[in-house]
Amino acid sequence: MSQTNRPSRLPRGVMVPGATKGAGKNLKRLLSYMKAYWLQMLLVLICILVSAVAGVAGSMFLKTLIDDYIEPMLISGSRDFSGLAVALAKMGLLYLAGILGALFYNRLMVVVAQGILKTIRDEMFSHMQKLPIRYFDTHASGDIMSLYTNDTDTLRQMLAQSIPQIFSAIVTVTAVFFAMITTSIWLTLFVLAFVMLMMFVTKHIGGKSGMYFVRQQKSIGDLNGYIEEMIHGQKAVKVFCHEKETKEEFDRHNEELYQDAAMANSFANILMPVMGNLGHLQYVLIAILGGALALHGVGGLTLGAIAAFLQLSRSFTMPISQISQQASAIVMALAGAGRIFELLDEEPETDEGYVSLVNAVEKNGELTETPERTGIWAWKHPHGDGTVTYTRMEGDVRFLDVDFGYVPEKIVLHDVSLYAKPGEKVAFVGATGAGKTTITNLINRFYDLADGKIRYDGININKIKKADLRRSLGIVLQDVNLFTGTVMENIRYGRLDATDEECIAAAKRANAHSFIELLPNGYDTVISGNDSGLSQGQRQLLSIARAVVADPPVMILDEATSSIDTRTERIVQAGMDALMHGRTVFVIAHRLSTIQNSDVIMVLDQGRIIERGNHEKLMADQGRYYMLYTGMKIQ
Amino acid sequence: MIRKLLRSVREFKLPSILSPVFVTAEVIMEVIIPFLMARLIDKGIDGGGNMDALVHYGVILAICCVISLIFGALAGHFAAKASAGFARNLRHDMFYRVQNYSFSNIDKFSAASIVTRLTTDVTNVQNAYQMLIRVALRSPTMLIFSIIMAFQFSAKLSMIYLAALPVLGVGLYLIMSRVHPIFERVFKTYDKLNNITQENLHGVRVVKSFVREDYEVEKFSGVSEEIYRDFSRAEKRLAFNMPLMQFCMYACMILASWFGARMIVSHTLSTGALMSMMTYAIQILSSLMMLSMVFVMITISRASMERIVEVLDEESDIVSPKEPVMTVKDGSIDFEHVSFSYSKQKNKCCLKDIDLHIPSGTTVGILGGTGSAKSTLVQLIPRLYDVTEGVVKVGGVDVREYDMETLRSEVAVVLQKNVLFSGTIKENLRWGNPDATDEELQHACRLAQADAFIQSFPDGYDTYIEQGGTNVSGGQKQRLCIARALLKQPKILILDDSTSAVDTRTDASIRQAFRDEIPGTTKLIIAQRVTSLMDADMILVMEKGKIHGIGTHEELMQSNEIYREIYESQQKGSVPQ
Repeated sequence: MSQTNRPSRLPRGVMVPGATKGAGKNLKRLLSYMKAYWLQMLLVLICILVSAVAGVAGSMFLKTLIDDYIEPMLISGSRDFSGLAVALAKMGLLYLAGILGALFYNRLMVVVAQGILKTIRDEMFSHMQKLPIRYFDTHASGDIMSLYTNDTDTLRQMLAQSIPQIFSAIVTVTAVFFAMITTSIWLTLFVLAFVMLMMFVTKHIGGKSGMYFVRQQKSIGDLNGYIEEMIHGQKAVKVFCHEKETKEEFDRHNEELYQDAAMANSFANILMPVMGNLGHLQYVLIAILGGALALHGVGGLTLGAIAAFLQLSRSFTMPISQISQQASAIVMALAGAGRIFELLDEEPETDEGYVSLVNAVEKNGELTETPERTGIWAWKHPHGDGTVTYTRMEGDVRFLDVDFGYVPEKIVLHDVSLYAKPGEKVAFVGATGAGKTTITNLINRFYDLADGKIRYDGININKIKKADLRRSLGIVLQDVNLFTGTVMENIRYGRLDATDEECIAAAKRANAHSFIELLPNGYDTVISGNDSGLSQGQRQLLSIARAVVADPPVMILDEATSSIDTRTERIVQAGMDALMHGRTVFVIAHRLSTIQNSDVIMVLDQGRIIERGNHEKLMADQGRYYMLYTGMKIQ
Repeated sequence: MIRKLLRSVREFKLPSILSPVFVTAEVIMEVIIPFLMARLIDKGIDGGGNMDALVHYGVILAICCVISLIFGALAGHFAAKASAGFARNLRHDMFYRVQNYSFSNIDKFSAASIVTRLTTDVTNVQNAYQMLIRVALRSPTMLIFSIIMAFQFSAKLSMIYLAALPVLGVGLYLIMSRVHPIFERVFKTYDKLNNITQENLHGVRVVKSFVREDYEVEKFSGVSEEIYRDFSRAEKRLAFNMPLMQFCMYACMILASWFGARMIVSHTLSTGALMSMMTYAIQILSSLMMLSMVFVMITISRASMERIVEVLDEESDIVSPKEPVMTVKDGSIDFEHVSFSYSKQKNKCCLKDIDLHIPSGTTVGILGGTGSAKSTLVQLIPRLYDVTEGVVKVGGVDVREYDMETLRSEVAVVLQKNVLFSGTIKENLRWGNPDATDEELQHACRLAQADAFIQSFPDGYDTYIEQGGTNVSGGQKQRLCIARALLKQPKILILDDSTSAVDTRTDASIRQAFRDEIPGTTKLIIAQRVTSLMDADMILVMEKGKIHGIGTHEELMQSNEIYREIYESQQKGSVPQ
């Protein structure tokens, strides 16, 4: 999917209720990412300072211009502008410094912000790769996706814009405040009172708007959910001629969203003119008040001072409303950062294993390690006393009294014991939810046991490094996941150092070669992960080829051929049988014809093995397997 | 393209016009305010001060502020209303259009892409529209009026501003034209990043099984690096915007101070006027800056606009005829030399020259491998697709002559991909027949062997089905879908591999119920299991878009090697009967 749903971004100044939770802690942690950029940040601070000071000096210059140059010349009638020229030149230099400061801090901040974002994104992804399957079971993929899109995006806004603006605003406000106090205390007090009023108004309108934005977000969610459900079921809608009812329901959701969106945006839009005109009003009031004070000789105000003060008051209120606007953006971003940190704080999959898988050569009945690929693999088992033993990897898997539950309260596997000798084909049969897939999930340690033991070539699998354990197991799942890339790359996913010839050989073995040849660019055809124009059956053949390339000693086939029709399956089966030869294979299939030739068939029911034996034995027993197999004939 | 979109404004034309009107009024007030302030300073403070003049102009200014505020607020309100309403209408128009799409229209856009167009793209256009009616007019108006007012005070000083404008304009243009292509590339790279993340989320088991975590991290990190580089490049260039603006503004101020001071001394300019000129400098230059931002916004939303128009422009290729046939006589089906291709290219046919006649009330089994076009064949009967060549007749009449609703309510299809909608079981079943009584619902469910498990739910028929039917098993879902189709009481019932997740025994019971209860209905059953259709009156064996064999089980066992092969592979090792 190329586009992700991005909820509409909040306009500035809009507060969302309840967004401030944990903001302090998240801010601190976010700032710790800046440590690596301390030099840049220091420079940024200096540059902001220069640029803000230049701005303030600009507002003050009007006073100097009027009081020190224009007024005296008006009075004296002199026409000597040389003093003014020097003053203007000085001012020009200061402005230039300000401009350069602004340019530098903007550019430096880009490097800092983008650098931090890259670090965070990379950390998120590599941490995500370390998380146990359980995390993905309990978190919706849409929610995780939005960490990479929405939350990182608001974070970018905050780092690149909000933080420097707030810096600069604080510097300006402080400088202007001192400048104002030195000009007139009374007028300063008045400005302060007025700013309080403005903040009150902002908070009121912003809060109202925020309330409606929350509602709007909810109706967007409702409408999107409805659209998604209906569009994905569009063909069913058509078949039942249900278009009219669907439209009516859609209109209801659509109308609701319209109402909320209109209200939320109205309040947000009103904020700007309100603030702007309150600023004008303040300007007027200061002029009147200042004029009155000057006329009555209070505080020794000059015309230039009033003029300067008027300018200053604007420079004061502008950054203050900026701060209040940016504050809400920061709160939003910190909430997003909080969600990102939650992911980063998730407990990664633990791996206490120390037994590793190595290539080996056999000399005089003794196994030794070798860096080359020999086709012989061995478990390297270091012991406490410093000695190392090598065990030949054969694919002997045993379950000893295994209990397991996805949640501790609900055990789904009870007391499962089974053994698969090297080269045996073990099949699991049973209704949906009987626990077939669960068993295979335990072999490759996607989940840990509640009780009992699993031994692999006599080694407790908890002692084996997870990566090595999984490398020794090939897996073909019912839901095929391919990755965007060429067909060749997707097959090579099984073993990254496989040559093109090996990949093609694997495809031939999986019976995928003939259809790949027919693709527009053969093996170089680019397919995308979810929506590739390949049929489900073709995708499954590719995933089988991928497992063939990996060439593991143990294979797990979880409904691997369910999307392939019976005829094609029989052709694939030949390849699969060749693939399975000499390997331990676990097979799950609901089509019983595909597992008849298994060495052992386990019939599962509600997490327990209720029957076991080969096809002939189970048929002779006339139990559950017999019923499943003969179906209608038993009545 | 834009005209096509604007057709959806409709009842929101008034607010769409009022908004810029009030914006203009607000701008005029905003331009007048600095003018009056100059007066206030000149008359009230300058030259010893005059309290009466101060109060006089003060009151006028305060009134102006209030009026400007009201105009501004109204403009904002109408803009919000207009854009939200425009978005509502756009969604409405698109959704209604999609409802009229045929299957091939839906196949052309994927479902995911239609959803994005209806949500994200509409939001983008909504934002751009609001920006357009509020800011797009505001900036040029502000620019023009500010210049006019500045000329009122001093033509000479105004020339400085006029000189600064092109400098800023050209500068902004240069920056934007360099940044824009980079941003476009960044958005594409973003899609790539999202794609990798998504694939990893869905394929987490594969990644872990093949121990490809590091490989994926490396892949991700490459794209992440690309984004970092491009984004930094774009934003570093964008960082010139603000200093450029400051440069023009400061230059104007210094020049205005220099010439202004000379003019004041020679009594051709007042102090207040100089101060107001400073305000105009800011207004003129910042409105140009805003204008450049509007352009960027609109170009960004251009892609969204295009995608929306594509949906609106798509004509449904299947519509009811002008004078439709309103009744279906019986459940007979005739294919007369039918060929069909999804892509409209005649050489890539999925179905080739099918000639088939099914009398009303027959049970037909259809068997064949993946890609043998079984589903395609049956989808032509309710006219989900139109034939490329030949004629499909139902009840002796070409399906293209029927009223579509009539045809589809007489031909019920249970699709391979079963869909239940969120709502109670009853609500879902009533899709088949909105007026069905509870007894009728139960009867249909008994036929589909669904009644027993529904009764076992604590809430029975009022059990709530989650979106996508995730809280019932695959087999239960299939049976509910069959019951739903039965409620239409159709003359033709098509089951497209609809009992694959139902166990053999229940499957047999369903077929038995069909035989006993709806003998007059023509039934077409596609299945993988031979046992599901071996007792049909007529069995078709499909192979590569052609009928490879036709006959009863016994006949096909004799004459058709594919059929025999499939049967034997499925029965191998079975207990002797």
